[in-house]
Amino acid sequence: MRPTRIVAIAIVGLVAAACGGTTTPQASGAPTSGGSAAPAVSKALNIGFTNSQTGAQQVASTKQTEGIKLWVDQVTKAGGIKLKDGTVLMPKVTFYDDGSATDRVQQLYTKLINDDKVDVLLSPYSSSLVKAAAVVSEQNGKVMITAGGADDATMEQGFTNIYQVYSPGSKYLTGAIDLMLKLDPSIKKVAIVNEKDSFSVSVVTAAKPYAESKGLQVVVNQGYDTGTTDFAPFINQIVAAAPDAIIGGGHLVDGTAFAKALKEKNVSARFVALLVAPPEPTFADIGDAANFTVGPSQWEIPVKYNEAAAKALNIPFYGITSDSFTSAYRAMFNSAPSYHSAGGFAAGLILQRALEDAGSTDPAKLRASLDKTDVMTFFGRTKFSTDAKTHGKQVAHDMVYIQWQKGSDGKLAAQVVWPTEAKTAEAQLRK
Amino acid sequence: MSLEALIPSAIDGLMLGFVYGLAAMGLTLIFGVMRVINLSHGPVIALGMFVVYTLFTGPLGVNPYLGIVAALVIGLAFGVVEYFVALDRVINAPELTTLLATFSVNLMIIGIATSVFTTTPRAVDVSLGSVGIGNVTVLGTHAVAVLVAIVVAAGLYGLLFRTRVGKSIRAVANNRAAAELMGIDSRRMLALAFGIGTSLAMVSGALLSTLFPFNPLSGTGYEVKSFVIVVLGGLGNPTGALLGGIVIGLLEGVTTVFIPVSWVPVLEYVIFILILLVRPAGLLGARA
Repeated sequence: MRPTRIVAIAIVGLVAAACGGTTTPQASGAPTSGGSAAPAVSKALNIGFTNSQTGAQQVASTKQTEGIKLWVDQVTKAGGIKLKDGTVLMPKVTFYDDGSATDRVQQLYTKLINDDKVDVLLSPYSSSLVKAAAVVSEQNGKVMITAGGADDATMEQGFTNIYQVYSPGSKYLTGAIDLMLKLDPSIKKVAIVNEKDSFSVSVVTAAKPYAESKGLQVVVNQGYDTGTTDFAPFINQIVAAAPDAIIGGGHLVDGTAFAKALKEKNVSARFVALLVAPPEPTFADIGDAANFTVGPSQWEIPVKYNEAAAKALNIPFYGITSDSFTSAYRAMFNSAPSYHSAGGFAAGLILQRALEDAGSTDPAKLRASLDKTDVMTFFGRTKFSTDAKTHGKQVAHDMVYIQWQKGSDGKLAAQVVWPTEAKTAEAQLRK
Repeated sequence: MSLEALIPSAIDGLMLGFVYGLAAMGLTLIFGVMRVINLSHGPVIALGMFVVYTLFTGPLGVNPYLGIVAALVIGLAFGVVEYFVALDRVINAPELTTLLATFSVNLMIIGIATSVFTTTPRAVDVSLGSVGIGNVTVLGTHAVAVLVAIVVAAGLYGLLFRTRVGKSIRAVANNRAAAELMGIDSRRMLALAFGIGTSLAMVSGALLSTLFPFNPLSGTGYEVKSFVIVVLGGLGNPTGALLGGIVIGLLEGVTTVFIPVSWVPVLEYVIFILILLVRPAGLLGARA
């Protein structure tokens, strides 16, 4: 066989392998039990999910899992979930490493349902993984509370068993645009550079027309593939277009690399807002490159949703306070919670309340309870759409915006800059 | 489309092209000497990244640029071992056999590396500042990567054309039987050539680790790119590989000004197919 032909065969094979997703064997590990010995009258509540112990979503997913573990720990210590008929449900979680890969998610959710016989599902972290899990959950009629997925498209499929705790992606950057224009109404040109995954695309699909409706000119509008590490081509276009503001990003790894590259290339935009990465504490590892970067967040420690706030909206408050959550989390994991941690805990809380209300783990009763949920927790307000097309989509939760700022001690700190009633510092333009 | 982005994009692409070229030189050297299409090339590039990372984040906190020297040495040793373990017994078999042998090494490296390091992205946090002129900003890390690539490429040429060992390797590449009749131990030379090729791949991976985040699967993209570069430059021709790397890097930089970045790989593969159809010997012919 001619060498060039062999090279051609080899390259086609390699490209096919690359396009087909990872072939990496991810160690799934043994199922992990988060429960403890249950009282004789109690019944196990089997909860299943996957998390990303490896791969691109590892950091945020670990935080989410820690939130879930804390919820399980607290429920267990409180003696379980008490139903109206006297039954006590003791949560027992089973989870596997999905390696941040959608094909693994589909395999493992099938296993959780068919082999592990879980009663109810929580979601993996990140919209693309949630989407993969949602399809399996829906096909098998299992209720799934999505802790870490904000993609609008997933929640516009007419699913009947999927319930979204996060604010949808379409709300992520529209608030950042409002904040930006409040901070500097003279901003006219904006560059949008985002990851081309379903979540980031849904964010930008909403943000771009919103920006244009506010009179902004979108001078760069580019997407980058998941896994992109070299941002030079995008940054050169941004520099040439000289925008006043840059919005976009995707997830932790690419968002962090993008912010670092913006600093290295001395990009002079006055306002930068990126998805997902800035609210993570590890974002500060890039040092000065993090300074002034704004990030939409689902929850931050200083934001206090409490009984008074619930009363003002004429809805009940459920569960622990933000301070209690934060201190319990620090005690258990020796680190500060991120919004991913809070999302994991909140998903557990919403499930717990729905079970108490339904008085059963029966999916139909659980769905009926979740459909009428309108409650405030430390994470914010939770209410699900009951419209046939958008069933389960989050309709009441509000976003928070943080900005990394250097304090007088020279240390970077994530400050809440929006909403104004919860802010810990004034938002600033980049210098 | 913005022509203002043309010069900085071209410079960025050109600089990256040297590193691509270095990786492709390793691949083409191995093919040129022993007609082996090395499918373990990508994972070896990733191993080079992890050599630097492991030394940098280890207790000694070895400077990443010293880590590149370590990658060069480890790559040479790794390549020699790989040759004797996977290739020596099938070196005279049809090309498809050696291709499959290196593919099995590919799978083993990826399996072990993902078990040890997981697929969580890593980064070597190194900054050498930047120099800015107008809208062109040249990063120190990229400039050093170009410099190292040039030094290593020059070293390879010095070795191949100015030393007795190099002459022996070239003799084996030209006519193995004749070289053996002249008293050259062809087996040793083949192992050494494979070691040098592997070393070049590992050094390019080490350089890339100072530029971008990576995981054990990151080598695959660079491997595919290396094949395109090797075909573009001419199979078995190290000069062509370096030139091909620069051309592809430049192309990547310049085309992003005119077309969306996500279309660049499509363009590269179109070029790959066109070269195979129109000029299968590549830009600089078959063998040096």
